Amino acid sequence: MIILYMKPGYNTIIDGCFGLNNDISYLRDKIVEAVAEGLRRAVTILPPDVKEALEKAYRKEENEAAKAQLKAILDNVEIARKTGRPICQDTGLIIYYVKAGSKFPLLNELEKLLIEATKKATKEVPLRPNAVDPFTGRNSGDNTGRYVPFIHWEIVDGDELEISVLPKGGGSEAVAVLNMPPPGKGLAGVKETVIEAVLAAGAKPCPPTIVGIGIGGGADIATILAKKASSLRKIGSENPDPKIAELERELYEAINELGIGAMGLGGKHSVLAVHIDYAYRHPATYPVAIVFQCWAARRAFIHIKPDGSYSITQ
Amino acid sequence: MATYNLKTPISREEIEKLRVRDIVYVTGTIVTARDAAHRRMLEYVDKEKSLPINLEGGVIYHCGPVVKKKNNEWEVIAAGPTTSARMELYEHLVIEKLGVRIIIGKGGMGSKTAEACKKYKAVYTIFTGGAGALAANAIKRVAKVEWLDLGIPEALWVFEVENFGPLLVAIDSTGRNLIQETMENALKKKDEILAKLGVK
Repeated sequence: MIILYMKPGYNTIIDGCFGLNNDISYLRDKIVEAVAEGLRRAVTILPPDVKEALEKAYRKEENEAAKAQLKAILDNVEIARKTGRPICQDTGLIIYYVKAGSKFPLLNELEKLLIEATKKATKEVPLRPNAVDPFTGRNSGDNTGRYVPFIHWEIVDGDELEISVLPKGGGSEAVAVLNMPPPGKGLAGVKETVIEAVLAAGAKPCPPTIVGIGIGGGADIATILAKKASSLRKIGSENPDPKIAELERELYEAINELGIGAMGLGGKHSVLAVHIDYAYRHPATYPVAIVFQCWAARRAFIHIKPDGSYSITQ
Repeated sequence: MATYNLKTPISREEIEKLRVRDIVYVTGTIVTARDAAHRRMLEYVDKEKSLPINLEGGVIYHCGPVVKKKNNEWEVIAAGPTTSARMELYEHLVIEKLGVRIIIGKGGMGSKTAEACKKYKAVYTIFTGGAGALAANAIKRVAKVEWLDLGIPEALWVFEVENFGPLLVAIDSTGRNLIQETMENALKKKDEILAKLGVK
């Protein structure tokens, strides 16, 4: 105030600076709050498309033992929603997929803020601490560690931030497959890889699952595409390429014909959906990655504006 | 699909009545154990050290729970089963050496476990995978926790439970293995399904 009277010109600048600092620190807090809240939402409320697919499977299932499993799944989803408890105790190794508007402030700090949000949610929701040093077996206790949480970056136009959180459990991740069939086999190599992966996985990934298939790119790209296809794409969404949509339907029916069923007890519902994505491949390779997502397909999409307001969808 | 309510400790006779697809609800004490805890149990057996809990007639649960400490008491937030296949390496020995009667897990177990179930009279049951909130509802209290140095998921959690279930018998004491049967049937269809997909 004294400054105001002595040097009015300064006031605007200082005030402005203070305002800016306050805005920035407010935005930091809001990002951490939004992401921790997104994690809470993801682990406690099943996305509506997944719930609908499970309800449909329950209605249609005729195998008594499998139907009882689907009933327990739906009861569990309802208890989790009502009590705010995690749907599944395995709240995963946390992964973030960030679409960062190039004009969004704080991009240089975002990694640090996502780590902070992960620790906050671990303590408050709570999440199970799942980050383990592969050499010593030590659990860090807060879901952070070398490359954990992992952040996938994509820079897009605009000034907003979209963060997809994926708290995926270990049971379905443990049966993922990467295969390099001879390119000459073409799509037959893909189909064979899928059926073999489903048979090898059996009841382990908590069926009914969503099978994600990544084709082409390289070992790394195929796997990333398969995981995103299995876990981020909504059930019931039509593949924009009609040829691939047809292949998805064909594989969906073929896998369900195997009769593995809910929790491996038989019946019609081994998979809820088959999702395929692809990249162009090298002439000498035909990478095929298969990633399974368990029925508890948990995810949340967090949209944050530069003023700190945010919304969460699933 | 008969339904049984069993109280721990569980007798050999009670186990012998159970058949695959039967439903069981357990009341009493269940003990969680995953890979690391199984390994340590067998190390103790080798060294003839006594375990922190008696598992004779007991129940082992393949589970790494979400827990919260409130006023020095542990509260179980979510506690569904983990994939049992990882414990296939050890379970037959745990059944043989420690007298465990019921194993609870998900995803199925292999021939070694099935043989041990037949020989020593035990069953492998499954709780619905991923149903962590439903399981936590039946857990009334954490009686104690041991081997916390292994980390929260891997520690030995001793739960007091009431009507814990539904547990579906997937391996019975005759050695029948339901999930393995489902997978054998699926494998038989493989060639026919690949042919339908146009794969020669």
